[in-house]
Amino acid sequence: MTLLIALIAIGLVAVSAWWLAIGRARDLRGKGRLNSLPAYHGVHTLLWALLPALLMLAVWAPIQTTLVNQAVLASAEGKALPAFDMQRDAILDEARQIAAGNIDHGYNPQSEQLAPRFSEAESRYGAIGGGIALLLTFAGAALALRRVVPEFRARAGVERWIQALLVAASLIAILTTLGIVLSLLFESLRFFKLVSPVEFLFGTSWSPQTALRADQAGSSGAFGSVPLFWGTAFIGAIIAMIVAIPLGLMSAIFLTQYSPPRLRAWLKPILEILAGVPTVVYGYFAALTVAPMVRDFGLAIGITSASSESALAAGLVMGIMIIPFVSSMADDSIAAVPQAMRDGSLALGATKAETIKKVLLPAALPGVVGGVLLAVSRAIGETMIVVMAAGLSANLTANPFASVTTVTTQIVQLLTGDQEFDSAKTLAAFALGLALFVITLILNLIGLRVVRKYREAYE
Amino acid sequence: MTLMNEIHAPVPADIDEPPADANRAPKMSARDVSVFYGDKQALNGVSIDIRDDRVTAFIGPSGCGKSTFLRCLNRMNDTIPSARVTGKISLDGQDIYHSNMDVVQLRARVGMVFQKPNPFPKSIYDNVAYGPKIHGLASSKGEMDGIVEKSLKRAGLWDEVKDRLSESGTALSGGQQQRLCIARAIAVDPEVILMDEPCSALDPIATAKIEELIHELRGRYAIAIVTHNMQQAARVSQRTAFFHLGEMVEYGKTSEIFTNPRERRTQDYITGRYG
Ligand SMILES: Nc1ncnc2c1ncn2[C@@H]1O[C@H](COP(=O)(O)OP(=O)(O)OP(=O)(O)O)[C@@H](O)[C@H]1O
Ligand SMILES: [Mg+2]
Repeated sequence: MTLLIALIAIGLVAVSAWWLAIGRARDLRGKGRLNSLPAYHGVHTLLWALLPALLMLAVWAPIQTTLVNQAVLASAEGKALPAFDMQRDAILDEARQIAAGNIDHGYNPQSEQLAPRFSEAESRYGAIGGGIALLLTFAGAALALRRVVPEFRARAGVERWIQALLVAASLIAILTTLGIVLSLLFESLRFFKLVSPVEFLFGTSWSPQTALRADQAGSSGAFGSVPLFWGTAFIGAIIAMIVAIPLGLMSAIFLTQYSPPRLRAWLKPILEILAGVPTVVYGYFAALTVAPMVRDFGLAIGITSASSESALAAGLVMGIMIIPFVSSMADDSIAAVPQAMRDGSLALGATKAETIKKVLLPAALPGVVGGVLLAVSRAIGETMIVVMAAGLSANLTANPFASVTTVTTQIVQLLTGDQEFDSAKTLAAFALGLALFVITLILNLIGLRVVRKYREAYE
Repeated sequence: MTLMNEIHAPVPADIDEPPADANRAPKMSARDVSVFYGDKQALNGVSIDIRDDRVTAFIGPSGCGKSTFLRCLNRMNDTIPSARVTGKISLDGQDIYHSNMDVVQLRARVGMVFQKPNPFPKSIYDNVAYGPKIHGLASSKGEMDGIVEKSLKRAGLWDEVKDRLSESGTALSGGQQQRLCIARAIAVDPEVILMDEPCSALDPIATAKIEELIHELRGRYAIAIVTHNMQQAARVSQRTAFFHLGEMVEYGKTSEIFTNPRERRTQDYITGRYG
């Protein structure tokens, strides 16, 4: 509440400062040439009034939460709370909800007593934070208003603010990535305290089901990830690529070399629609349509082990999904081969197909390889198709009709349903995620490098 | 008006003037050839003969249609979707735009060297062997070696590259690359060689080598060369055609075109008044 009021006040002050600055600058214009237009003086003042205060509030919000919690715990009612972490947190949470007016009654009577303390602390610290922010607004506005003089370069000032804004925006993306890596790393370390990295990386048996109670029958948990990575590679890097590379390459060749421009204008977007189909849709297409067909086919050719959840079904559909990636990369790299090269071959009396085979493809090969690596990295990180069509049993098999499981499928398995957040089973998901992240990162780096190097080759 | 009529005169007179071997038919002949890129006309009613005992030079200001005409002669314009060619062009009396003409075979008979050297990113050997391999001109490795050596020698490049045939063709200097492209073209043993400003990217020494090469190739092949360099046209060719705004303004003996042109526009161009 206090925060909202503070925000409105800051906004009002900033807008009036903006208006004042423009007015002043207009007045100044009569006395001679201004360095910057009045509008720039206005925006400059507005930014100075607004941004420092907002930045302060953003930093203040998490600090305020901590301070409020401390204050509540320090009160008499707070000291009476049970010492056990989870119980105490539950009551605190309830009290906070009551104070915010989200719920009327608490499940725990203590939380209702605690609620007024929360309200008090929150309004106190809210007032402090809001007050400081408002002060900053006034200070910023005053500072900027004083600089509304003819020779002041408000344009450059605005430019600097905009630059800072852009840097901040890109920093957010980078910091988020860093945060993801750190959290993965942190949870994985906890996992590796329970399970040795050697077992995880080289073990060939995967059954993450640990006994929940001491007396419970069941496996003690085996965390050898080799079958999962094999399944992932089998589906994503082998079967899917056997489908996607020839089809993608050939459609790229057709589109760039053979199709009349008008047909190309139709076909290319249609092909790209494949990339826009939600993966869930691919998933049930794989599970409901392709998988039974694959199983029937397997049975028909005498493979009795043909399962309704097969590596082949998932791999085939994933291959279809990847086609646009491969074809658009191949399209780009074929198109990047200079026309002069093509003409040189044609002028020697080579046919189109000969030119493609002997000149275009060899020249485009590095780009195609780079594209394929990127596609593989996309395929092995893909989740929905394999969750729906690949199965759950961690088999170390090269039989495409058998059921295999993948890293992403297992992560989903490990993290859905009720979980303890400190069991090896749950933490294993993070270790798998980290390993997958590292692999796709490496594939991406190599792929991008190859693609870039190739692009330079003809410039 | 009179000027226009003269331009449209079907065949310039002195083509039929009796040369040393007048009884031989021209290797290629173009009659009333026009080219359109979409709706835009780039070439208008060009008629000319190309004989295999002479070098024919095409000169004219930029954009006047020299390359366009050259590309008609081996149907490289087919690769440009918007291009449309009308009129008649024949090779040894056979209409090359007739539907029963095998374009691939035509291009093997009418080779082309481009303005910018465009060796394939393959070894020097493979660059030269590319055409012969496609057309099955060699039945053994030894025969292929022979073709490669002979072609590189004729292109005047053999001595410079004989010890490094497996190196990439793109690693050569610009002049060497252009001679490699010429070697590549003559390896297919064409009957006509079309050169589109083959020296425009080269220094004077490399240019001199290629001109020397043209002198040597004359008589063995019918040669047509586009050039912006008047001196070069004067040095290498026996016949010169002057193009302007998509029309062939004048055609005749090189010596006459340069010393005593009939057309005002030719004179202006040669004396450097425009272009
Ligand atoms: N692919 C194309 N599409 C459309 N128009 C073209 C194309 N190629 C050439 N033209 C046009 O045809 C005309 C003749 O071009 P051309 O390349 O034959 O000229 P040029 O005489 O060879 O000139 P330069 O000496 O600069 O090489 C120009 O007006 C050009 O804009
Ligand atoms: Mg040209």
